Amino acid sequence: MSPPSGPRGPLLPVLLRCLAALLVLAGLGHTLRYGLDEPGVALVFGVLVGAGELSRWRGAEGREQAPLGAAGGLAYALLGECAGRSTEHGVPQVVAVVAVGALLGCAPHAARGRGATADHLTRRVLTVTFAAVCFQPLHDSGLLLGWSGHARVLLLVGMLVVTALCDAVLAAALARARTRWPYGPLLRDELRGLLGIGSAVCATGVVMAVAVGVAGLWALPVLSLPLLLTQLSFRRYAAVRTTYRQTIASLARATEIAGYTPPGHARRVAALSREVGRELGLGERELTVLEYAALMHDIGQLSLLDPVPAGATAGLPTAQQRRIALLGGAVVRQTGVDTEVAVVVERQADPFREQPVGARIVRAVNAYEEKTREAGPSGPLRALEELRLATAHDYQPEVVESLARVVARDGLTVPVVG
Amino acid sequence: MRSVPAWARAYVACTVLAALACLTDLPGPRAPWWAVALLAALYAGCEQITRCRFVGHLAPRGMGTFFPVLLAGAFLLPPPVAALVAVPGALMSRVEQRPRALRRVWRAAQLVLAVWAASWTHGALGGRDAVAGPDFPYALLPAGAAVLTFCAVLTLLDGGILALAERVPWRTAWRGLLLRALAPVAAHGLAGLMMAVLWRSPYGPAAALLVLLPMYVSCWVFAQYHRERAAHQATIRALVQAVDIKDTYTRGHSERVGQASQMIARELGMDDDRAEVLRFAGILHDVGKLGVPTRLLRKDGPLTPEERRIVELHPEYGHEMVRGISFLGEARAAVLHHHERMDGSGYPYGLVGSEIPEFARLVAVADAFDAMTSTRSYRRGRPVAAALAELERCAGTQFDPVMVGALGQALSRCGWEPLVTTAPRGNVPAPRAPGVERATGAAADRGAAEQRAPERGAAEQRAPERGAADRGVVERDAAGRRGR
Repeated sequence: MSPPSGPRGPLLPVLLRCLAALLVLAGLGHTLRYGLDEPGVALVFGVLVGAGELSRWRGAEGREQAPLGAAGGLAYALLGECAGRSTEHGVPQVVAVVAVGALLGCAPHAARGRGATADHLTRRVLTVTFAAVCFQPLHDSGLLLGWSGHARVLLLVGMLVVTALCDAVLAAALARARTRWPYGPLLRDELRGLLGIGSAVCATGVVMAVAVGVAGLWALPVLSLPLLLTQLSFRRYAAVRTTYRQTIASLARATEIAGYTPPGHARRVAALSREVGRELGLGERELTVLEYAALMHDIGQLSLLDPVPAGATAGLPTAQQRRIALLGGAVVRQTGVDTEVAVVVERQADPFREQPVGARIVRAVNAYEEKTREAGPSGPLRALEELRLATAHDYQPEVVESLARVVARDGLTVPVVG
Repeated sequence: MRSVPAWARAYVACTVLAALACLTDLPGPRAPWWAVALLAALYAGCEQITRCRFVGHLAPRGMGTFFPVLLAGAFLLPPPVAALVAVPGALMSRVEQRPRALRRVWRAAQLVLAVWAASWTHGALGGRDAVAGPDFPYALLPAGAAVLTFCAVLTLLDGGILALAERVPWRTAWRGLLLRALAPVAAHGLAGLMMAVLWRSPYGPAAALLVLLPMYVSCWVFAQYHRERAAHQATIRALVQAVDIKDTYTRGHSERVGQASQMIARELGMDDDRAEVLRFAGILHDVGKLGVPTRLLRKDGPLTPEERRIVELHPEYGHEMVRGISFLGEARAAVLHHHERMDGSGYPYGLVGSEIPEFARLVAVADAFDAMTSTRSYRRGRPVAAALAELERCAGTQFDPVMVGALGQALSRCGWEPLVTTAPRGNVPAPRAPGVERATGAAADRGAAEQRAPERGAAEQRAPERGAADRGVVERDAAGRRGR
């Protein structure tokens, strides 16, 4: 299930996977050789991790997909006592138990071919190993015995914060290898995700470890519930976002239905704008704004006196273009979408120096799409040439170059009309 | 300011007296005052955070408020002290509606009573020892009982105030309140229990605070979800308002068809999700009119056969538009087929009887009903009874008798109170840009829209060619677009 490798073959994921596999094998070997300590506790945590993975879901924006599995694994890595008795499981057993639980929980997903299971498991194993290596030796050495409760909680929180940061770096690197998108924005998105569900996972991990130490294994189901609730909320949120995106796309089709723009134009501009935005290093939130704005960029034409021939606004006089853009912005404001989207739509006909970055992208991509449409095989090159010639005033040179790279990457295909 | 009935004031006064009575029995300086102060500050802080970040998009009641802190207090402290924890937070909490002071006092009194009762129950079952032990699984029993008590007291008081102040009928005031509140409060109760256990443990309050973080994130996401949902609905409304501008005869028609569709769906015993989807299907049923020239939609007098063919394309245009909205599911068929007739003389496909999707038969009835009862610029609306009689007359040939019957029953039970959509709702801002259509539904706007009509009419001259090229459209529906 490895993702298709690019021309330069992503080395990092292969290395990380090998490392994770070695760790798991070592953990399993050690555990089989010396037997399980506290098999009951190990079983319960294994089941928790497995159940967490089983309830995994694919969020709209690729956040932590199995919060319960993650929290369970981290809690086991940070577990120092159970119902008042000190536990003896070391790092190898933590790795073995979490890996077996996660593998079993992932098996149904892998069988159905959903999601990048290998990357997911690699991250899980490496993160849990990291946390366990931080904590277990310290616990075994008895150094923590003199610490007060507060200090121990703070220590655990600190360890998990470091672990979460490392995990974000790792996740961004894996995503970079998979998609070849710029690293910076990916890392930023991962860190932003930490503030949301990531913090809930870390807090639950610490609380589980501590609460099992105080109250025994009964604490696990009690603490799993709030996290499941969080997961449910995230799921519904993701669902409504998907629906919203579809509605916007449908709204964008109003101009096509009414005969103002050729079919599929808005969708193609949106897809290409997203690619260019990604190339330029925009984050997930800005990309969403960009996509919505690109979908609705032509909506101002609905209030036109006469339809523009073939809906091609890039060839119109500037004043006319601005008027359509302003009309469109007003319609978008009325739909209750984020005002940033309306701003992008409004400013799409301005000179690039006065535009927000989203509007620059939409302007260039829209012009490109209109110029290549029905222009034959030489269309893309000629269109890029025309855009480059207009980079003094209309189009931002960086955006045009990024567009050229995106188009070249996709093989300079002529967009399919219809 | 809305006047508050005297009985409601008396009711609030009694509740406040009862709450004060709960608080009189405070223990002396031996009480764990620092714990009380910490919990009270925590609860007030939680309320304030919700207040400043999510103004107006609060999650539904019971989710938005932060009960784990209160319940942890109830599990840790003796009843009067635990009840005290709720007071500062409730008195400072954000209140959307007037009268604010009265609502705040009411909320505080209500929470004091609920927490007191929960704490008392918990203590009576030996919960405090179980928490200090900690003695699992026994600790779950007093905690569960306390949560149940808490919920019961809250809903009991809520129902009373609904009946007295909001004038909800006594029979319906309590309906569903307890069940709706129980699930979230139970989850909050488990978090509260864990908080209490950790608080008493050597790890102390710091660990207890960590329990709150997942709950907080959960509430935060839930509020996000509601905001996004409201935005989505506003977008759908904007889509429909675009149609209303073109077709000035049918102002508010879409919303009302949605409402009637939902009523019929409920009457047929469909679950809430399907009824909700049907409401959207009803709202969107005429969205394809965006593709029909405004000139034809606004034409006075009969349409020529060719013009009628063009207007009759609107279900197909509409289906083309909503095709990609997957949450509508089978309701998308309702957009395509809402002009089919039971005897096969409808359009676009001339389907017969059960070939027509259920949702389409339902929306067709709702559409015709509103077309007959609403007042349009060229005629007055008919009375509901006359419209129903007309529907029944056409049941079997034009409409599905099951749907007509369901509509009749729904109307006899609930009556017909159409929501008049006069102003944009949700988070739709009121746009005021010159030259752009506004859709507020107000009479002044109608005049403005009609002044701009020539401009738009001219803009859409090219659509007829496309319509004329279409073939296979059934021509028999003489009534055309204006209902039947």
